[in-house]
Amino acid sequence: MKLQRMNRRALTLGALAVSGALALTACGSDDTGDKDGGKKSNAASKINCDGAKGQLMASGSSAQKNAIDAWVAQYRAACSDVQLNYKPDGSGAGITAFLQGQTAFAGSDSALKPEEIEKSKKVCKSSQAIDLPMVGGPIAVGYNVPGVDSLVLDAKTLADIFNDKIKTWDDKAIEKLNPDAKLPGTKIQASHRSDESGTTDNFTKYLKGAAPAAWPHEPGKSWVAKGGQSAQGSSGVAQLVKQTPGAISYMELSYAKEGIKTVDLKTGAKEPVKATVDNASKAIAESKTVGEGKDLALELNYKPTAEGAYPITLVTYEILCEKGNKKDTLATTKSFLTYIASEDGQAVLKDEGYAPIPTEINTKVRETIKGLS
Amino acid sequence: MDIPTDTPPKPSPVPDGKPTPTEQKRASRGATRPGDRIFLGLSRGSGIVLLGIMAAVAAFLAYRSSVALADDSGNFLTTFEWDPAGITTGGKPYFGIAVLVFGTIVSSIIALVIAVPIAVGIALFISHYAPRQLAAPIAYVIDLLAAVPSIVYGLWGAIVVAPNLTGLYSWLDDYFGWTGIFEYQGGAPRSLMTVGILLAIMILPIITNVSREVFLQVPKFNEEAALALGATRWEVIRMSVLPFGRSGIISASMLGLGRALGETIAVATVLSPSFIIQASVLDYGGGTFAQNIASKFSEADEYGRDALIASGLVLFVITLLVNGAARMIIARRKEYSGANA
Amino acid sequence: MSITTVKPTGTPGGKPSPSDLKAARLPRWSPYVIAVGSLAVGCGIGLAADLDSRMQWGLIAAILFVGVSYFLSATVEGGRQAKDRLATSVVWVMFLLAVVPLASLIYETVKRGSKVLDGYFLTHSMGVVADDEAGGGIYHALIGTLEQVGLACLIAVPIGLLTAIYLVEYGRGKLAKTVTFFVDVMTGIPSIVAGLFVLSFWILMLGFGPSGWAGAMALSILMMPVVVRSTEEMLKLVPNELREASLALGVPKWRTILKVVLPTAIGGITTGVMLAVARIAGETAPVLLLVWGTPVINSDPFKDAQASLPLYIYQQYQSGNQVGYDRAWAAALALIVFIMILNIVARGIARWKAPKTGR
Repeated sequence: MKLQRMNRRALTLGALAVSGALALTACGSDDTGDKDGGKKSNAASKINCDGAKGQLMASGSSAQKNAIDAWVAQYRAACSDVQLNYKPDGSGAGITAFLQGQTAFAGSDSALKPEEIEKSKKVCKSSQAIDLPMVGGPIAVGYNVPGVDSLVLDAKTLADIFNDKIKTWDDKAIEKLNPDAKLPGTKIQASHRSDESGTTDNFTKYLKGAAPAAWPHEPGKSWVAKGGQSAQGSSGVAQLVKQTPGAISYMELSYAKEGIKTVDLKTGAKEPVKATVDNASKAIAESKTVGEGKDLALELNYKPTAEGAYPITLVTYEILCEKGNKKDTLATTKSFLTYIASEDGQAVLKDEGYAPIPTEINTKVRETIKGLS
Repeated sequence: MDIPTDTPPKPSPVPDGKPTPTEQKRASRGATRPGDRIFLGLSRGSGIVLLGIMAAVAAFLAYRSSVALADDSGNFLTTFEWDPAGITTGGKPYFGIAVLVFGTIVSSIIALVIAVPIAVGIALFISHYAPRQLAAPIAYVIDLLAAVPSIVYGLWGAIVVAPNLTGLYSWLDDYFGWTGIFEYQGGAPRSLMTVGILLAIMILPIITNVSREVFLQVPKFNEEAALALGATRWEVIRMSVLPFGRSGIISASMLGLGRALGETIAVATVLSPSFIIQASVLDYGGGTFAQNIASKFSEADEYGRDALIASGLVLFVITLLVNGAARMIIARRKEYSGANA
Repeated sequence: MSITTVKPTGTPGGKPSPSDLKAARLPRWSPYVIAVGSLAVGCGIGLAADLDSRMQWGLIAAILFVGVSYFLSATVEGGRQAKDRLATSVVWVMFLLAVVPLASLIYETVKRGSKVLDGYFLTHSMGVVADDEAGGGIYHALIGTLEQVGLACLIAVPIGLLTAIYLVEYGRGKLAKTVTFFVDVMTGIPSIVAGLFVLSFWILMLGFGPSGWAGAMALSILMMPVVVRSTEEMLKLVPNELREASLALGVPKWRTILKVVLPTAIGGITTGVMLAVARIAGETAPVLLLVWGTPVINSDPFKDAQASLPLYIYQQYQSGNQVGYDRAWAAALALIVFIMILNIVARGIARWKAPKTGR
């Protein structure tokens, strides 16, 4: 009897929770209002939701989360039967979940490795996985040096700073690039991501690509150089830079705000290039396609000579099976991807701080999506 | 009545879980009653279910770890790197846990050294010192703090606590820097010490709650007897409360240590990890098992995950050793506990 | 008893005792005066030496307080009383030391969390609100957490309680030893590993999709050892005399356990269960893997992805912008309040059912 009482207590709590939750369902709402209604419904009318319905699972890069949010807001206005769940838990987790067959597509900041494509044949049945570049974004180099409002650096200096060769802000190499700035003698606190991340991958790829002599380390998702502070996630790194005078680090452009200034990059062009959305698009336009067949993996040119091309740029790919992986989600996937690759879809990106994919590459992406069946 | 020192007659050990004749006889001459049999069956059944689940988890982990360890080109116990993807070695996985063992143990020790005395202090405060009207609300607030999710502790640690520690650390460096342990070179104080302090705050409520509960169970007559003999409040505590509660305190500390060892997201938020071992606990660097798992997990491929699971298995072993030690201490003090276990 | 050891006269600050039967005592207000004095001196030293961290000021004041009370008491009241005072002041200092950070934590959470926490926030999901837009709410996450934690309790509490009863009241053989061993092992299980186990077993092997139920299973794995350990500890504290008295009256063992042992320990058991609930309600990692998270309401824990409060907090924090932080703090506040309510209910029931005791 006492046992029953104990269990009854647990049961009461559990039942209370469940029934309470169910009762509450009646008063909760998914309707969060339509903030800029006119624009949305206008664009929404062009979205084709043929056969799109149900829940669409996707996961991967956190870098494109805001873009996905904006797309979903538009897309849901047209196709209200679709529920899109994008979980921003990292490119690697996205690819793993995709290869295990849990998701319809993955978002990744780096293209698939050959062995991953090989693995994908299992989940894609008769085809294999492909990369579709969908979103671009500049990786800003943010710094916190009181009294220095603009700073120009080049690839070699950056590599030396992050490799602990240049230790103070008034180092000759920095002074030479910034003759007008009043550089203090404080110690440089170079900071990096403590977790593995596509941002680190792309940043170190740039250092290796643009200054191979100064950056001896292999590029990768985890930081391999010794020394330096580190923090979890882009938000953590941004916080670290904000709190620490003399700090410098790399982060997606949208995190570089509230007291963090960004470095202008000296490239092969005449003028130093600012980290902006437009400049990132220009850099992507300079890249070449290295993927085979329908795969559209890009290789960025890290030593661009074009004016205003900002080479520390990250391209996020949507990864999916050449012929779709599951019958019941294929129509939904196709409909959603068609929208995000469309002119309207790409036009949303700029407002969110992302760089649209240049038309030439985008055309190929659209063709590939059309061929999904 | 005094503290029971006579334990009930010890039954002969039972070889396995089945109700052998000895056990049936021992089950207090009542095993013949259907109620007793059902109840015994139920409780033993639960134990077996629990055992089944735990064994399944352990087997799963052991299997995945063995996959990872088979391909490790470094020495798993002594390597100072974590590179299962083989970026630096040209594709050969190369990883080890030396740094993680060090960081986990150091930060947990710091946490325990800070938290246990304070927690016992608060527990005593609530059970014996605080005015009665104050005790209940305080106990309640402490309860509540155990409910704060670790991510909030992490946020608070990174935004509020860490920036305030610079002064304390420079001061420690000034006076105790010569020991090598308290050397501090400046920079953001995101070190093992900061982790230890934050962990101490996090495990404080757990240790306090359980200890308080134990102190409240001290037989009243023991205390009253001591008081009647003219003992001061402290003498009462030292002579009757603490000995009675010792196994409870140890057990509470172990619960706290369990949380400290396995704490993930808060550590990942306040630590500036790196794969080095250094004497100084104030300078940034180091890492812990759980933090490393959290940091590397999301971007790891299948093999990388197996490698992380292998490190998780080591965390198990450490926890096991700690728990074993605690069990032994408790067993030695058993005569003070009032139960028949 | 200490009359003989006390020198009644000649001590600074202590009046000669009015009666020989009473030992000289420091006046009742002395601890307060010493406290205020130490605080003032602590701040003074802090200001004078230009220590920029308030923590050092507090530490200096605390050390002063303990030292001065001991010294004064030792001179006035004698060694034993001084030790008693030392213990008292140390306990008070410990308490204050702990209260400061904990109060700061609560203060920060309430201050930052109350910014966006309102009726709208509680009754709406995120819907289509983007991470960097203001608006949206936690309704979907609240439901998810309620259901997942409820389900986890339904699995873990009965199993945990019964196992603890088995270990304390019956278990002596190899089985009990093995169970104890594995419970110990499992207290150290990193939450993400429990998540991985359920992921590969339930989702990858058996082919189910992510759901609240999958998350609840992982949470119950994390919860069981905590319930067992704390219940075990509380049951052991029940005096043997109670059991013996009951058994001597001819009450069957199972009724003794249910009617005598459990009610005596119910307060501690409740605390243990609440601690376990608190631990799992704040878990992020397994939920991230198994429940997946979704911005819209799904009240069916057995089908499709659900949201959960800690996951919501984590994701809002990761988004790295001010509106996200505001939402994260508000959700943290809501989670704490939620657990507080659970706590009150559980304690109320425990108090109502428990036998009356001296305290």
